[in-house]
Amino acid sequence: MRYIPNSPEERAEMLREVGLSAPEQLFDTIPADVLLRAPLRIPEALSEIELLAHFERLAAQNAAARRPSFLGAGAYSHYSPTVVDALIQRSEFFTAYTPYQPEVSQGTLQAIFEFQTLVCQLTGMEVANASMYDGSTALAEAVLMAERVTRRRRVVVSPALHPEYLAVAETYVAHAGIELARGNFDEAAGLSAFDDAQIDDRTAAIVVQSPNFFGCVEELQQLSERAHRAGALLVVCVTEAISLGLLKPPGACGADIVVAEGQSFGVPLSFGGPYVGLFATREKYARQIPGRLVGVAHDKQGRRGFVLTLATREQHIRREKATSNICTNEGLIALAATIYMETLGRRGLQEVAAQCAQKAAYAARRISALEGFSLPYSAPRFNEFVVRAPVAADGMLERLASEHDITGGLALSRYTPERANDLLVCVTETNTRAEIDALVAGLASAATSGS
Amino acid sequence: MANVPEDLHYSKDHEWIRMEGDTGTVGITDHAQHSLGDVVYVELPKPGDRFAAHEVFGSVESVKAVSELYCPVAGEVTEVNESLSDDAEKVNADPYGAAWMIRLRLSDPGEVDKLMSAVEYEDYIKDAE
Amino acid sequence: MKTPKATPHVTQNESLIFERSHTGRKGYRLPALDVEETALEELMPAHLRRDDDLEGVPEVSEPDVVRHFTRISTWNYNIDLGMYPLGSCTMKYNSRLNERVARIGGFANLHPLAPERDAQGALAVLHELQQHLAEITGLPGVSLQPAAGAHGEMTGVMMIRAFLDARDGVGENDAPRRRVMLIPDSAHGTNPASAHLSGFTVKTVRSTPQGQTDLDALRELCAAGDVAGLMLTNPNTVGLFERDIREICRIVHDAGGLVYMDGANMNALVGWARPGDMGVDVIHLNLHKTFSTPHGGGGPGSGPCCCTAELEPFLPVPRVVAQGAEIGNASYKLDYDQPQSVGRVKAFFGNFGMHLRALAYILTHGPDGLRDATEAAVLNARVIAHGLTSDYEKPFDAPPMHEVVFTDKRQGRKGVNTLDIAKRLIDYGFHPMTIYFPLIVQGAMLIEPTESVGRQEIEQFVEAMREIAREAEADPDLVRNAPHTTRIGRLDEAAAARKPVLRWKPEERAATA
Repeated sequence: MRYIPNSPEERAEMLREVGLSAPEQLFDTIPADVLLRAPLRIPEALSEIELLAHFERLAAQNAAARRPSFLGAGAYSHYSPTVVDALIQRSEFFTAYTPYQPEVSQGTLQAIFEFQTLVCQLTGMEVANASMYDGSTALAEAVLMAERVTRRRRVVVSPALHPEYLAVAETYVAHAGIELARGNFDEAAGLSAFDDAQIDDRTAAIVVQSPNFFGCVEELQQLSERAHRAGALLVVCVTEAISLGLLKPPGACGADIVVAEGQSFGVPLSFGGPYVGLFATREKYARQIPGRLVGVAHDKQGRRGFVLTLATREQHIRREKATSNICTNEGLIALAATIYMETLGRRGLQEVAAQCAQKAAYAARRISALEGFSLPYSAPRFNEFVVRAPVAADGMLERLASEHDITGGLALSRYTPERANDLLVCVTETNTRAEIDALVAGLASAATSGS
Repeated sequence: MANVPEDLHYSKDHEWIRMEGDTGTVGITDHAQHSLGDVVYVELPKPGDRFAAHEVFGSVESVKAVSELYCPVAGEVTEVNESLSDDAEKVNADPYGAAWMIRLRLSDPGEVDKLMSAVEYEDYIKDAE
Repeated sequence: MKTPKATPHVTQNESLIFERSHTGRKGYRLPALDVEETALEELMPAHLRRDDDLEGVPEVSEPDVVRHFTRISTWNYNIDLGMYPLGSCTMKYNSRLNERVARIGGFANLHPLAPERDAQGALAVLHELQQHLAEITGLPGVSLQPAAGAHGEMTGVMMIRAFLDARDGVGENDAPRRRVMLIPDSAHGTNPASAHLSGFTVKTVRSTPQGQTDLDALRELCAAGDVAGLMLTNPNTVGLFERDIREICRIVHDAGGLVYMDGANMNALVGWARPGDMGVDVIHLNLHKTFSTPHGGGGPGSGPCCCTAELEPFLPVPRVVAQGAEIGNASYKLDYDQPQSVGRVKAFFGNFGMHLRALAYILTHGPDGLRDATEAAVLNARVIAHGLTSDYEKPFDAPPMHEVVFTDKRQGRKGVNTLDIAKRLIDYGFHPMTIYFPLIVQGAMLIEPTESVGRQEIEQFVEAMREIAREAEADPDLVRNAPHTTRIGRLDEAAAARKPVLRWKPEERAATA
């Protein structure tokens, strides 16, 4: 095995050095009745050439990876500057451990400090952590934190939340004594709506996604005022982080906890992961944050450095009373997001967001002009929108893929069977006008050919 | 050698209480702050909260440890040392003075008699070492 | 053999990117907008738009970014540079080949909501990895959804909870009928934190002076009748195999509970022994430890959950299942129809990029290579145990598996403690070992070399440790003030925690310059 430095001869010498004569003796402390007798039934070792051929063959079966695509819904295709992947492939970053020894981890620590700062700037919040697994688990942790902060046990959730995020939150709170109540949905606007009866002095938080799962931008200011009147928190979830380059930051609208999926910041789609969860809140709740935090520290000579701090919140110290069980987070993906945000910078983040919104507006205009197609929701949208087709969306999208080689969006029947004709279309800066025009033409033809 | 003032009463959880009438002032001992190391944060209750003897009323944190604070006797919190939220290091510097934690109106002022005297506490921490 | 000590480095200074920013610098270029522009107000009403012009977000050029990150990167220790002997962390070699595999366009550009028929290659990867992990652990049910070890623990404990609720019913106010999760005093902190998320109360099982689970204590705790399960790390966190593992599992099972194994230390077992054969019901693996996916300065990880057939219905949804002919032309689908499942623990299917790397690791090794790697890892640890016994206190006599624990007891007499020894090791060019863990060993130094370290480097490490022991005798201050060779000295963590500064702010530009 080429990854093991010591040759069999060297290992034999080392064995003798420690007073053993056979490698099996290294495992003497394992009772004989649990030692494995037969070899593992897995394929024989492959060479590099064979291994690459195996994976290339499998990758070739992923036809969807090669097509122009209008899929969004929590994972977005954005342009990532070449430097992002080049820099995260430096040994010093990708083969380093968690920065528990600050003297030999300042690179990672400083990068996380920059990440925390950028997350605060974009969300309009005061403190952010070093990352969560992804947007969905960040949201679940935000629900748990809302209960800790308010000591109230009912959380009212927008029905326009990503269905997979909601499912994850349900799993996390299953035994936490928290009731997840469902808000209403304004079918004309495409926005969350809440009954006054749902928001009272037992409500810990209102949870909304914006832009919501259907692409509509929520009125966060109004929602935060309603939450705060009842002494509840407003938790805002963002799945398309690029929208922060254009939209009013949730923090400026009064949000108390903001979580986001950071995949849009230069991270490949990679069939759903690894992504990176962003988690930000108000300074007064800093000690209730889950996960790692990096802060400024100084050495005896007064030189500035960075350390993991406020660690007493965490599982390795507070054990079952910790603010979360999280340990390993998404360090390298947070680094990729940091490099992305810094490379695009102040102007680039605004320009990407503007291009997404412009191209989506163009696509929406063109599609809504098609015979039998409509856009059911009136609220402002960023780069995703629901299209109501004259025929069943799943079959239509299948024809679009096979006949026009375009992944036209997501059939919402995947999550909501009664939305048979609805599809969610996402447009980003990577979709050219030619692709959008081909989508429009393809939809027109796929809608008629199937009916 | 830990400082153990004579005029205080001590609990086995290393809290002290100074009595004035039916009210007591509570903090942690010099021995306790010393074994905790650099104190970075103190979490305290609100005035009006009631605690039984040995009940947890707060916590004190060093960089890498959290210790719970146990109420030495039963009572109602009348005052909290707010200054500790900004200056936790006072717990290390002046555990019997500036770093007092709560004032307590005792449910039963006689309960302090069950606590240790300075001499008893000194023996207690000597045994523990 | 003489170990050359590390010396200070060329790139000593690099400010925060915010301090490098200059108005007007740009590091990107997008194509010109190729559609008719919609008026801004029509696109998004003003009250929904940002009005801060992203003030404070840096403006830098591409070379600024590259130099910035390259410079700060040089302040990091890393596996490619040298041995990373962190106990229970398994910092083994991260192959570049695996990185290449994860970046193949057909995987990297695949959207998770792509239609199943157009993502068959990715589903095949998930299915193949599930099968291999089932074989390696001896536990047939596998979910790749958990994103890290603690996430896998949470999933596993939730499965235990769901299994018990289905078997015994649920108590009042959703209290579990069996409310106690037993956890040894040597466990990782994630274990109790994960158990708590499922509504369990944690009770501690003590260890014997020999570093094994105390069977009498376990029996006594189990006799109470309220035990839901035991969370056990094996080999445990002092590097010893739990010799009585079969009996431990029997005691817990007889008491009506289940056994969860924390798979953090699987690098001592792969190819030699399987948790399923020991009586374990559910385990998580750390692909970022045992299966070499890079640690990335704190993630991403991946924490698959493997379980018995009995627990399989409780695994998270969706499951990845094969249909039709197994060999050659099977097709794969996502199965959501699992009514007893604990639900979803993450959006989509887990950290797929890590699954690719782990599968590449397994296929590169094959059955013999995996067994060899385990053997080499244990042998390396044994050589270190042998080499350091003369200079450091070894609290347990039993021969260690893949990691060995020492303490600072002897050096403590000179006022040199574990932290000092760890920091001094940096001056010799090594990353420190895991320190002050497990909590049951005072002044613990937990050393895990892994199989990725050659004999010469092992010997250099041993020599460096022995030299530090000599320094602790002759010149304790030299050790107490270490490290001496890094860009920055020991940082005042107490001050950092008292007045936390968790983000950069513009007004600090002057103050910190």
